Amino acid sequence: MMINMNSSALETKAVTKTYQTDFGTIQAVDAVSLSVAAGEFVALVGPSGSGKTTMLSMLAALLQPSEGQILLDGVDLATMGEKERVAMRREKIGFTFQANNLVPYLSAVENVELMLRLNDRLDKAGKLRARELLARLGLGERLHNLPGQMSGGQQQRVAIARALIHNPSLVLADEPTASLDTERAYQVVETFAGLIHEQKRAGIMVTHDLRMVEYVDRVLMMRDGKLVQIYSTRDEIMGLARGGKH
Amino acid sequence: MRKIFSIASYLAVKEVWRNRGRFLLVSLVIALITLLVLFIAALGEGLGNGNREYISKLDGELIVYQAKSDFLIAASRLDRNRLNSVRRVSGVADAAMLGTANGNLILSGDAEPLKVALLGVEPGRIGEPAVAEGRQLSTDLADEVIIDSNTAFRTDLKVGDAVTIRVTQGTKDEFFTLQVVGISDGQQYALQPAVFVPFYTWDRIRPKSEAEVNLSNPIANVVLVKLEDPETAAQVQQRINSQVNNVEAATLKQAIQALPGYSAQQSTLNTQGGFTLFIGILVIGGFFQIQILQKVAQIGVLKAIGASNPVVAWASVIQITVVTIIGVAIGGLLALLFSLTFPPTVPIVFNGTTSALALVALLLIGPLGGLVSIRYAVRIEPLKALGLSS
Repeated sequence: MMINMNSSALETKAVTKTYQTDFGTIQAVDAVSLSVAAGEFVALVGPSGSGKTTMLSMLAALLQPSEGQILLDGVDLATMGEKERVAMRREKIGFTFQANNLVPYLSAVENVELMLRLNDRLDKAGKLRARELLARLGLGERLHNLPGQMSGGQQQRVAIARALIHNPSLVLADEPTASLDTERAYQVVETFAGLIHEQKRAGIMVTHDLRMVEYVDRVLMMRDGKLVQIYSTRDEIMGLARGGKH
Repeated sequence: MRKIFSIASYLAVKEVWRNRGRFLLVSLVIALITLLVLFIAALGEGLGNGNREYISKLDGELIVYQAKSDFLIAASRLDRNRLNSVRRVSGVADAAMLGTANGNLILSGDAEPLKVALLGVEPGRIGEPAVAEGRQLSTDLADEVIIDSNTAFRTDLKVGDAVTIRVTQGTKDEFFTLQVVGISDGQQYALQPAVFVPFYTWDRIRPKSEAEVNLSNPIANVVLVKLEDPETAAQVQQRINSQVNNVEAATLKQAIQALPGYSAQQSTLNTQGGFTLFIGILVIGGFFQIQILQKVAQIGVLKAIGASNPVVAWASVIQITVVTIIGVAIGGLLALLFSLTFPPTVPIVFNGTTSALALVALLLIGPLGGLVSIRYAVRIEPLKALGLSS
């Protein structure tokens, strides 16, 4: 199945990932082709073992596909060496994880600034932007708090700020609401979606909590490593969201 | 490289500062190891110095022993004929008798007699130490002594004082009163403070067996040799061995190594120092390995967001180095403070070179101990660390 949109920031072509095990070959992702435009927020859903985490890892340049192409801003991640992939992760990709998102010995603002430091772009304007972004996320009073002094929701919002501060082309979120209560989870995803739309990034969120797809533009459903269904109208998406968890 | 180092330093210093209690504890462990290593080195230096001080300060190059005496001064016996033969060997500028014995200085009041090395030297020749205070010995027969600064410190004797020496000759205790004419710098011999006596006076007052009491021909232990050209030590050594009957010559280095117990003592202390450093490597290695294991996920996040392996590795190296430097600095300071409280009679000497070598070794144990953990940190895969691997 192939989804095409104009001005795609991210495009995959028949991406496949196979693993050799003692019991034979396992196809974790099977010829998945998709594209995400700048300013579009997409949810990747599916039951456990459907291949969505493997897909996300390949999109994040953390794992190389066995076959196919992953084009980010027209550059193929699949053929890159480790050094180039590290540079891509640093410059072009923003990432939030399920847990252990933040560097525990850096304050909220230092965690956000870290992305600018890694890219050698930490100047006065960058510092100001980091503070403004955190303030927008409701963390203006928590700039100098360490992760251990913040709630799970606050930590996730710091991670969102860190994922966006360096103006990446692609923002990935792996189960960003897994450790949050429902109210916080909605707040986090809504904020995330708002920023992705506003800053014109391509955003992909992996979740198994279908209630969270309410804020996305499209939902891609995976099963057994394949992309099996796409929900792109508001009605379809809201219907799926009302259905709840997988 | 500058960018990598800058980010790595930032991460390392932030982590150390935000967890300063934990890191300070490790620094304190390193400080204790430093204190121990420095004291072992200082003890080795002090004991070694006490053993070799007189020999190592000799203004000469060779010592001539009786053949087959295994370079043991106390086991060697040489008479005046041998001295004359040595003096005739080409390349020898000066040679002099040295006699060694033990004696007791009788001190005033209730003070215990002080055991000293009684050294018979020839005035004006090699073997007689230069005085820092007073004058040199006048003649071979004078009733005079030069005491070294250790003897002076322990007895409060001054230039011009009379000193009584007790020795056993035959079966009787004999007392000899001599005058202190000079005080030299530290010249310990066989871990004892030293008293230098003109050679013939020494032969008269030294402890003797019943058979020796009436001997008129003075016997020395060894002959000290000063060369015309110190560079020719090996050749002159050969010449003495071949031209003078029944003797064997040794360089000062060989003579020091042959001092009773010297090599065994030094190797024991060096082994102790080595083991302490090894324990230090294990302690630091263990701590940093446990720490890396505790922050696998954190390092995974760093790598996932684009921190390269050199950044992760350098951050660990800098962190380990900072903790080690702080520990070594605290340990060095403690050693300095403790050393000020020891009386000079305790054989602990903080020699600059030895202490510097120990400090360099201590600064290296951190990075060495942390090598395994650094390697582990570099090999952490972000996928596995973040639980994203299938």
